[in-house]
Amino acid sequence: MGLSLQVDPVRCEGFGMCAELLPEAIELDDWGYPIVRDGILPEHLRELAERAVEVCPVLALRLVSPERVRSGLQSRALAPHTALRSHGGG
Amino acid sequence: MKAMLETAAPASRPTTAAAAFEPSRSAGTALTPRLLAGPRFDAGPESWAQHRARLGDLPAASLHSGIIPSIERSGLIGRGGAGFPVGRKWRSVAERSRRGAVVVANGAEGEPHSAKDRALMHLRPHLIIDGGVIAARAIGAEELVIYVGSEHGDAVRSMSRAIAERAHRDPAAIRLVVAPPGYVSGESTAVVHYLNARDARPTSVLERPFERGVGSRPTLVQNVESLAHAALIARFGDAWYREPGRGRTRGTALVTVSGPVRAPGVREVEYGVSLAQLVATSEGATAEIGAVLVGGYFGGWASVRDLWELPLDPVDLAEAGLGFGCGLIGLLDAGQCGVEATEQIVRYMAAESARQCGPCIFGLGAMAAALARLASCQPARDDLENLARWSAQIAGRGACHHPDGAAALLTSGLRVFREEFDRHQHRRCAHSAARER
Repeated sequence: MGLSLQVDPVRCEGFGMCAELLPEAIELDDWGYPIVRDGILPEHLRELAERAVEVCPVLALRLVSPERVRSGLQSRALAPHTALRSHGGG
Repeated sequence: MKAMLETAAPASRPTTAAAAFEPSRSAGTALTPRLLAGPRFDAGPESWAQHRARLGDLPAASLHSGIIPSIERSGLIGRGGAGFPVGRKWRSVAERSRRGAVVVANGAEGEPHSAKDRALMHLRPHLIIDGGVIAARAIGAEELVIYVGSEHGDAVRSMSRAIAERAHRDPAAIRLVVAPPGYVSGESTAVVHYLNARDARPTSVLERPFERGVGSRPTLVQNVESLAHAALIARFGDAWYREPGRGRTRGTALVTVSGPVRAPGVREVEYGVSLAQLVATSEGATAEIGAVLVGGYFGGWASVRDLWELPLDPVDLAEAGLGFGCGLIGLLDAGQCGVEATEQIVRYMAAESARQCGPCIFGLGAMAAALARLASCQPARDDLENLARWSAQIAGRGACHHPDGAAALLTSGLRVFREEFDRHQHRRCAHSAARER
């Protein structure tokens, strides 16, 4: 089963170790916080990704099944206006 | 220059909800009062006795899960900004509610210019409670929490009195919780977090509130206007609900009109009225209108040319790259600077960050700083370029959608006010030149 990388943005403190280990899937923004590439992680990166999850000093990185990727947490594939629509609880 | 925020903020106007609420006398054109039918607004909150005399008790048939298909057929969508179908949401919670669910009527209206939720809570509290009771019965909840922003004093008093008036009559336990002030206090995970731990910051837990919310129970967080509509659907049916509407989305909506019109305030209109009709209903513009903030700070800017005849219908707006959001229509005087207006909103949103997530703390902070330099025509060399890049990078990287909203707002501002932004980047701003003379 394919898995996706997910950053818990509350825990993440921008240590940047994940991007160092896994530049194919993670880049850093101007402030050192990870931007995770959308979608299923390619199988050949799986081992490195597991390693990245382990070394994160604040345990902010997870590997999850794609349906568990909560919108609002690393959901950059959302259309702009889907992304706008979760304030205020409907 | 008088800035948009100051001229348009409800707080700078007569502050009672009733004043912000009074519809125009001359209009008649675009108004369709349904939630707002009933006693005159200057009479204050509708009492339990008045409410029952006018609308009767809730039909027994509406007080169980059998109401869900009717809510689904009505097409009712959420009014907190997300526009998610209400019936589908109820069904999701109902399917998980074996452990006893919770309903939260969300009346934490954080949008600075929006006044519709606080006005409805002040004037029609029993309609909201009725809707909450129906939702509770529909999904098998034993508890109804009325969550009201502490800054909405009239609403807190009115809801609290209304709960007391009917306390012995409702099967579900109803309690009022006053939410701390703040833009993100009404975000659904923040609501749950506050009710569980008295901390109104959004959370990044994997479970959504409808899976695991208040007291770990499945929780329906529903905007107060959405619930009030459900109370009318329960009485008059889904076909009745669908009668008004000029386009593809059926029903009525509360909107808040702010900016240079003679009678700004809260209105109830059919979906699909045009901005032209809404301005006429607000007794006309007092200045030339240049741009419009549609849907609140989670919406976006549109030029008045593009919007004037467009139906204010969630479907049409989505096709135009906009959103109905919380129903805010914020009009910007053509004499005001779009860069400054955008700067004020992004600055506000940066300040309202819950300061938990790096991209939100630093990204919004950097966007606000660059915008401040641009607004004062003293930009750094890369400010405009950086703003475009950051606005595309930040969406989806916070625990809640606060940074997404700021980024989308900025993106729309960069597009609608592109020429003004270019002039500011090149230190040739018409507005500041005019101001200095």
